[in-house]
Parts: sequence; structure tokens; C-alpha cells
Amino acid sequence: MTPPTPLSPARAVWLVSRRELNTRVRSKAFLFGTLALVLVIALYAGLMFFMGKSSNTSTIGFTGQATVVSEPLKNSLQAMGKDVETQSVPDVRSGERLVSEGKLDALVAGAPGALKVIVEDGLGDSLRSALDGVARQQALDAQLAEAGLDVNKVNREVAAAGVEVQTLKPVDPERGQRMMLAFAVVFLLFFSIQTVGQLVAQGVVEEKSSRVVEILLSTVRPWQLLLGKVLGVGLVGLIQLVVVGALGLVAASATGVLTIQGVAFGTLMSALGWYVLGFFLVATMLASAAALVSRQEDLSSVITPVVLTLVLAFVVGINLLTGNPQSPWVEWLSLIPPFSPIIMPGRAALGLAPAWQVAMAVVITIAALAAVLWLGSRIYRNAVLRTGARVKLRDALKAE
Amino acid sequence: MPDALLEVDRISKRYGEVVALREMTFEVRAGEMFGFVGSNGAGKTTTMRIALGVLTADSGQVRWKGAPLTFETRRRIGYMPEERGLYPKMKVAEQLVYLAELHGLSAAAARRAAGEWIERLGLGARRQEEVQKLSLGNQQRVQLAAALVHEPEVLVLDEPFSGLDPVAVEVMSQVLREKCDDGVPVVFSSHQLDLVERLCDRVGIVRKGQMVACGTVDELHEGGPARVRVRVEGAGPRWVEALEGVQVVDKLNGSVVLELSEGVDDQAVLRAAQDAGPVREFAPHRPSLSELFRNVVTEETAA
Repeated sequence: MTPPTPLSPARAVWLVSRRELNTRVRSKAFLFGTLALVLVIALYAGLMFFMGKSSNTSTIGFTGQATVVSEPLKNSLQAMGKDVETQSVPDVRSGERLVSEGKLDALVAGAPGALKVIVEDGLGDSLRSALDGVARQQALDAQLAEAGLDVNKVNREVAAAGVEVQTLKPVDPERGQRMMLAFAVVFLLFFSIQTVGQLVAQGVVEEKSSRVVEILLSTVRPWQLLLGKVLGVGLVGLIQLVVVGALGLVAASATGVLTIQGVAFGTLMSALGWYVLGFFLVATMLASAAALVSRQEDLSSVITPVVLTLVLAFVVGINLLTGNPQSPWVEWLSLIPPFSPIIMPGRAALGLAPAWQVAMAVVITIAALAAVLWLGSRIYRNAVLRTGARVKLRDALKAE
Repeated sequence: MPDALLEVDRISKRYGEVVALREMTFEVRAGEMFGFVGSNGAGKTTTMRIALGVLTADSGQVRWKGAPLTFETRRRIGYMPEERGLYPKMKVAEQLVYLAELHGLSAAAARRAAGEWIERLGLGARRQEEVQKLSLGNQQRVQLAAALVHEPEVLVLDEPFSGLDPVAVEVMSQVLREKCDDGVPVVFSSHQLDLVERLCDRVGIVRKGQMVACGTVDELHEGGPARVRVRVEGAGPRWVEALEGVQVVDKLNGSVVLELSEGVDDQAVLRAAQDAGPVREFAPHRPSLSELFRNVVTEETAA
């Protein structure tokens, strides 16, 4: 007969989490879930790539005498950061057809002194001001020539004149890329914490509905089972996040969408850290809520409040970060769990979070985590063996 | 070393207004098989769950080898819950190894023990299958293996025979007997009273959360009125009516079971039977457990 060896708490937790890890990493759900995430990230990077290409390029057609302004127009648009392709069109009619077919963004016709623009529905601001500028230049050149001045010399001197700009708060040239990073990190964290957290909840109910929990709890303590489960499933999510994050980083760098690898790497690392905190917080809440019910069908009714809070954090976070990242709302929400693990890394990715605020958010989240662990393991312990009807939260809190 | 004795000492449990257990008391000795019978809701499952620490009692104590059961000593119990508990999507072998390790076996010992029980219970061909894909009978065998895989020193089994085919019942009985012979106290509950009677050394009958009768089947009947089974060829039970202090309590296969009040001479009954016709059978009647149980239940309704 094998001598009984006392089971240390650490080994109990390790055994439970190893089982979670083993059964889940090998499951189809994990494989497809990861593939789906990779696909979403790839689509996102692809979208960014094409949007980056198309939004700044416009095609403008010129016909007749207007062709002479094509070079100056192109130059002034490029000075505004717009890429232009020019094309000469034999006559106004065929030019109009091209515009209505969407092959041209605008058609410029008429004499240089009286330019006319044909567009489908509206003239973009930059194109309008560029055209206005060209038209004025034409008029000015004519006047200068009439006055007998050297047109080129005057133009050179005019071009050289300008104000010296001193920016107090320079616009980050990496702003666009950082925004993309922030969006990606907020999405990934939300998605990961939410889906993997629900896996924990399902696992709790699975054990409860199959009654295996009764056997388990005759040999391990409730907190060991809970902790092992959260650790094991959390590790599965972490692996998924690392794989998806790394692939996304590589793909975005390879396509040239991302050029700030250093920032991106730092963002990924901090995302992993925030994932650990956020996941523990949310998974513990979900697991203890799940312990209140005995059937998978009843699960959604108890975890919905937690899940909705997360969705709220995601929606509000995305809106504020993309719309008004400097708003005090973002600042506040990024400090308060359970919003902080989703919003703070987004802010940090934008480069807008001072280190002390990040530290503060971490500290507050850890404090919240401690409270949730204490409360959650109490609820779990009191509710997990009561099968049948849904256990009232109040009863679970006060029992024993 | 103190005796390997499992004692359930006056445990009580109530759920709100409902009294589930009232001073439930019994003991199971080393190498003894104890049958736990009672109607549904009598408190059998509650008692077992308390013994396993899955529930806590309001008062009373469960002792093992003279000391109150602790979390560590509970690990030495093999438990089969009433509602079967296994991971539906886990493979048989993996599941058993996991449970063995959770009960303190090393990885190697757990694998060895799981392998042994899988072979022993005829699950060899199913070891790599998910539990949910097995037949109910086979799931039951896995459940038994789960209770045995960590070489428990005590076995507490809630309805181990329910849902088993006769072959599986035989396997299960053998395994339990063997464990018992190794000196392991075995407690199980069952509604199959003939099985309990055949297997168990002692029986406890529970009613409304209380132990109402506890002992060997013979002991349980002791003190009750004497009974004889008589078969008289070609005669109905009419001849009995003339006898003072004798009552027909049962009729089986042409025989009648008579209950004799105190002081009635069984030889006088035999003579009366002979007068009624040729006597083919005349024997003291040992009541079956089902009869005893029925009596207890009748007392309950009468009370």
C-alpha cells in the first residue's frame, strides 16, 4: 500500500492548474479561438495598411488649358501632406464621366485665370484651398507681369517669407501609430479578459453540475481549487495573448504599418502585465458568481453584471481614447478597476499616462484584487457545494 | 495503533426548519461492511457528505481511529457521491491519475494505481475514452475506480449499486468484499435490500434523520416475536384461525408465515398443522431485510 503523503497546498494548486492548462490548451476551442484572434488582428493591420494608402491619395484630372496648373497644384497639395496623381483628360465630357465613375476625385477645367472644378459631391478642404491658391497665384502672376516685375523673383521672395513656428506641445508624429496600438491593446485586453474569464466561470459550473466538485473538495480546499483554476485558465489566456500579440507585432512591422517597434514592444509587455491583474480580478469575480448556479443555462444570469461592466469599460475606453484622449474622464476611469486594466494600457500606448498614474492604477487594482479574492473565495466556498436552485448572493456571503 | 474504527457520533444537521439529521450515531469497524438503508430523504446522503467534510454538521463528531476527522485524514477516505461526479470531457485514465494525485499520490504511483484499477474493473479498452462517451454502467465503474484509486483506508459509497447490470454488481461486490478483507471499513447505502443483506455484516436503518435499528440482520430481528414458515399440503390458511395467539403475517409460494405471540408453543402449532393435512415444511422464519425494513416503515406510519 502506498504511504499517504500529505498534499501541500502548493502542490494542490499546481495539480489543479496543470489540469486546466492541459485540457484547455489541447482543446479545439483554444485553437480556433486563437486563430480567430489572429485573424482579427491581421484584418485590423490590413485595414490600417490600406486606409493609410488610400485616404491620402487623390486623382485629379486636367483638361484643356487647365493642364498648365497641374504641376503647381500637385506641389501645393504635396506640401499639405497629400499625395496626388494627375491625369490629363481630352475633354470636359469624358472627364465628367470619369468623375462620376469614381475614377477621378476631381476634374479641373477652364482657363488658368478662371478655373472650374467638377467633383462628384463635394470638394475637400485641402483640394479647395490648393486650387484657390493656384488660381490666386495665376492672377497674381498676371498682375505682376503687367506691372513689369520679375515674376519668378517676387515669387521666390514671397515663398521665403513666413513665420517661425515654435510649438509648446508638438504633435507627436507617431500619433497615428500610437492610436492604432492603443486600439489594438484595448481590444485585445478586453477580448482576452472577457472570454478567458468566462472560461473560468464555465469551468466552475462544469464541476458543480457534474458534481465532481464534491470529490475534489473532499481532498483540496475550496481556495486551492479556485486559485488553481484561475491560474491555470489564466495561463492559457496569457499564452494566447503572447502568441497573438507577437504575431500582430511581426505582421504590422512587416507590412510597414508599424514603425515604432520599441513602443509597440513596451505596449505588449505592459498589456501582458495588465492582463495578469485584470484577469485575476475579473476571473475571481466571475468564478464566485458562477459558484452560485448549478447549470450552464443559469450562468449568464449571474455573470452578466460583470461582463457588462467590462463591455462598458471597452466601449467607453475606445470612444474616449480615440475621440478625446486628454479628457479627465479617461484619466479617472483609467485609475479605477475594473476599467483600469483595459483603459490604462491604452492611455499608456498613446504616451499620455504619466508613470505615477500607471503606478497608482496598479496599486489600486492590486488592492481591489485582494478584496475580490477575499470576498470571492468566501462566496465560492459557501456556494459551490449547494447544488440545485441558484444560491442567493446574500446567503453565500453570510453562511458560516 | 488504535483500532481502524469509523465512528459517527450524534451528528445533527438542520436546513432552516427542516431537521435532516437528529443525533445520527453508528460505527463501522475495520474489515466490516456496513449497509445503510432508509427511504429517500431519510438522511443517508447527508450523513455521508458530513463524514466527507463536504457538509458541516451542526453538532456531533465523526471520528477515525479515535480522533476527529480532519482535512488530512479525510483524504484517506474513498468516496463515491450519490450524484456521480467526474469530468465528462476528461479521458478515463487521465481522470483517475488526476484524482489519485489530488489525494496525495506521486505521479508515478498515481499512474500505476489508475492502471491497476482500470484493468481490475474491466475498463482496459476504454482508458483513452472520454467519460461522457461511456455507458452508464462503465461510468459507474470509473466512479468506483475514482473512489479506490488512492488506496483509501475507509470507503464511503453512496448508492454504489444503482444502475449496475448484474455482472457489474458482481464485480463491485467482489471489490468491496476484498477491500473489507484488507481491513478497510466499508459503508454504503443502497435501496437494494437483498444485496445489502447478502453483503453486509451489519445494517443500519435510518428514518427521518435518525438511526432506528442498527446491527446484524439477526440482531435486528432479536426480541421480535417468533415466526415460523409452514406449508400444509392441500389446506388453506383456515386451520390457523382456530389457534390462539397466532397470526398469518405473510403468504409465500404456498407457505404461510406465522407470527407467534409470546408463550405460544410452536409444537402445538405443528400438531394443529398436522391435523389440517400433510406438513411439507415447518421451519423458523428468519425475516429478510426487506421485511424488517417494511416493519420499520410501518411503525413510522403508525406512529
